[in-house]
Amino acid sequence: MNGIPLTHIIFLSTALFFIGMYGLFTRRNMITMLMAIELMLNSVNINFVAFNKYLYPDKLDGIFFTLFIITIAAAEAAVAIAIIINLYRSHRSIDVEDATEMKF
Amino acid sequence: MSASAVIFYLIAAFILGAGLLAVTSRKIFRSAIWLLFSLVGIAALYFWMQVEFIAAVQIVVYVGGIVVLIIFSIFLTQQSGKEMPAPPVKRKIFSLLAAVFGIALIYNLINGYRFIEQPARPFSAAVSEIGTQMLSTSEHGYILPFEVVSMLLLAAMIGCIVIAMKNKENIISEIPGDKIIVK
Repeated sequence: MNGIPLTHIIFLSTALFFIGMYGLFTRRNMITMLMAIELMLNSVNINFVAFNKYLYPDKLDGIFFTLFIITIAAAEAAVAIAIIINLYRSHRSIDVEDATEMKF
Repeated sequence: MSASAVIFYLIAAFILGAGLLAVTSRKIFRSAIWLLFSLVGIAALYFWMQVEFIAAVQIVVYVGGIVVLIIFSIFLTQQSGKEMPAPPVKRKIFSLLAAVFGIALIYNLINGYRFIEQPARPFSAAVSEIGTQMLSTSEHGYILPFEVVSMLLLAAMIGCIVIAMKNKENIISEIPGDKIIVK
């Protein structure tokens, strides 16, 4: 189509997903962990759009999945940031190592 | 290599470079700005794939909404400009190993799979088609998920307000060293 095979786009999204995973594993600050999760969600969206465009060009389902994922990601980010700010008020820190009250 | 292919590889390098800096930068504010560049790069990729509506939604929701929210929360909770402590070397090495092995596994899987591409038919994702199918009540319509997700947004909005609401007694008792102010 554009001269780019589908696999190259999937390699791009795979690399982006594992970059997000690396960030999620190494960071201990809640806001940066949230940013890593956003990167992972975006790599999934790239996959949905690419599969829809290359494999099922006469349908639109991948685009709808992408739209719903973006909506849910926005709601998730808003709730997560509300929780983080509330945690900061009570603990004066947003490091995950400092919030261990619910640890089993 | 055609111009389109060159543009794709440039966009891909931009996305990956900005994403890598976003998860490794020690200053949290720079990290947020690199995330912003990465998301803009993904919007450019959507433009390259000719799904303009998704690209517009990506810019409006992610760049205009989520990143601004993240930056606000950074200002509320951190001293910007202060460097975060570096992760321990052991954790860094094992995370890197996990990521590299994961990429290698997925690379093998994708290389071994034969996708049946259909380049003959053109792909069109006009806004009118998306809108018609999203609000259609027929078999392939998406009206039910649309309504459910609107309820989810309402619930998230109310939940955010409830969580972030100030509870006077808790705040006064939980901050050590503060003078108790009773109004």
